[in-house]
Amino acid sequence: MSDLASPAFSATESLLTVRDLRTWFTLRKWGFLNAGTVHAVDGVTFDLARGESVAIVGESGCGKSTLARTLLGLDQPTEGEIVIEGEPLGTMDAAALRRLRATVGYVQQDPYGALPPFMNIAKTLAEPLRIHGISDAQERARRIRAALQEVGLTPPDEFLEKFPHMLSGGQQQRVVIARALILQPSLIVADEPVSMLDASVSVGILRLLRRIQQERGLTLLFITHDLSTVRHFARRVFVMYAGRFVETGAVEALLDAPQHPYTQALLAAIADPDPDNADRERDVPGGEPPSLVRPPPGCRFHPRCPHAMAGLCDRDEPPEFEPQHGQFSWCWLHR
Amino acid sequence: MAEPLLKVEDLRLYYRTEAGTLRALDGVSFELKRGEAVVLLGESGCGKSSLAKALLRLLPRNVAHHSGRVLLNGTDIMALSNERFRRDIRWSRISIVMQAAMNALNPVVKVGEQVAEPLLVHAGWKRADAARKAAETLTRVGVAADFMDRYPFELSGGMRQRVVLAMALITEPELIILDEPTSALDLLTQASIMNVLKRIKWETGTSFILITHDVGTSSELVDHVALMYAGQIVEASPARAFFREPAHPYGRALMASVPKLHDLADPVHIEGHPPNLLNPPKGCRFAERCPHRFEPCRREPPFFEIEGGRRALCWLFDKGAQG
Repeated sequence: MSDLASPAFSATESLLTVRDLRTWFTLRKWGFLNAGTVHAVDGVTFDLARGESVAIVGESGCGKSTLARTLLGLDQPTEGEIVIEGEPLGTMDAAALRRLRATVGYVQQDPYGALPPFMNIAKTLAEPLRIHGISDAQERARRIRAALQEVGLTPPDEFLEKFPHMLSGGQQQRVVIARALILQPSLIVADEPVSMLDASVSVGILRLLRRIQQERGLTLLFITHDLSTVRHFARRVFVMYAGRFVETGAVEALLDAPQHPYTQALLAAIADPDPDNADRERDVPGGEPPSLVRPPPGCRFHPRCPHAMAGLCDRDEPPEFEPQHGQFSWCWLHR
Repeated sequence: MAEPLLKVEDLRLYYRTEAGTLRALDGVSFELKRGEAVVLLGESGCGKSSLAKALLRLLPRNVAHHSGRVLLNGTDIMALSNERFRRDIRWSRISIVMQAAMNALNPVVKVGEQVAEPLLVHAGWKRADAARKAAETLTRVGVAADFMDRYPFELSGGMRQRVVLAMALITEPELIILDEPTSALDLLTQASIMNVLKRIKWETGTSFILITHDVGTSSELVDHVALMYAGQIVEASPARAFFREPAHPYGRALMASVPKLHDLADPVHIEGHPPNLLNPPKGCRFAERCPHRFEPCRREPPFFEIEGGRRALCWLFDKGAQG
């Protein structure tokens, strides 16, 4: 696969380059016997341009969180290449990894779990600053106030002394975002940032992320299982299934004319509030996502695919096709 | 007109907490006809799960006050003794699929036995008959009968949720309460479980109370919407009308906050927070966040009837005041 034809090649300056990334985990039985390998991320290639917002969409177990954790340096890649701001992740020493953590901000799924319960907000936000060498307490306090202001926790003084349990879920998530932003990162990885929150609150969080991304010209990698939020909060989408991308493209094109049967199934399963929904069944492919220990040969979606072609889809891995300009799909139907 | 299957009148449920009395349900009334489904739609803390627990008397110990009437086919089941309620109502006539119940299956009992258990406990069936019925019910919800001999850990989340659904169905109750039945599941699994529920509703005429915060999912099943906010039902409407356009300002704001796949309008969140139920405001409970707030909202609104069989707890619909 040439770089130019890669799913997400972009002509503008690349902030993040990922090439054929694999993150595998070895399962252990009784603590030492090898009981198989989980192919959580299994050959993923893309680029993120500086300042763009991209969503990775997939169901639980498709590898999207592992992909995020690998980019953050929290899981070790088994194979492949990750280059952030021109620096390859694989060869980083401890100091470089620390710099990476300042370059990449992480917004976790569960805000309550992400915030230390025994630290007040001021302390939680001071921690990264201290670790990254801001030794002047006044400077730290100034930055903490500015960060709280930016995420809409105003007036900041009202929140500094509070502990996480005294805040609502939405406020906690704003603190998590403030912490992710406080070192002025160039990339934010948000892993299901709103899946634990109510609808009326979650949209506020997504709008906040979008505003910050646009104002600061940040790159945002937004990981979600919810395709309906994607249109409003990302410009490009990567659809992931069983450890791989199955379709990538610009948001509007992909949502309005999905090319891969899996994307089509996902879109058909979404219920926009509509009074006619109750009168009809939804077209849902049977079965469940495959085991990542022994993924099926050929196309990984073929056991559930309504268009699967015997002798082809169950045997040969589909290569990348470009059925629409700028929209890539890994499916033999485009042959 | 035929007697409704379920009629809930002025249900109140308060909890004792360290900080004072929490008014989880504060005068909730609604009706459900046989064969129909209603959604109790609302966000966390609005009292929707408390309502499910109150209907089935699965209450925690710190209940400070529990009053109102719950009529099932005209009989006040709130007035029954605990013993009679357990024997005659719970599980035999009303069953429930609790939130995250798929994680509450007994890990050391085979799936088939767990599904058959309600028949053995509540209906006194023979083991072999119950097992046959369990196999049949599992097939109905999309679980192959050969899963009977498996243990819950061998099943995926979606499969376990189907098993829990089979447990609620097996006694053929008149009413099934579904508390966030699909919220922890993946999109495709969610959609296929909603398909199963629809089919059961169409084929057996079972009635459902669906409890969820998810506007999209609720539109999959229901005939009526009861929108809840801060311990009260603030709008009761036919589903058709509600999903086209809610009447109550909270309903409109909630609908506008839902990102829709095929809608270009930017979703907007609702500023502020629901009121503290330890000390709810005297007037309308949504007033503080409401864009239409005006003078009367300082007093508690009654239910106003709107055309199309809709009702809303909102002064905007007070025709008298506006002349």
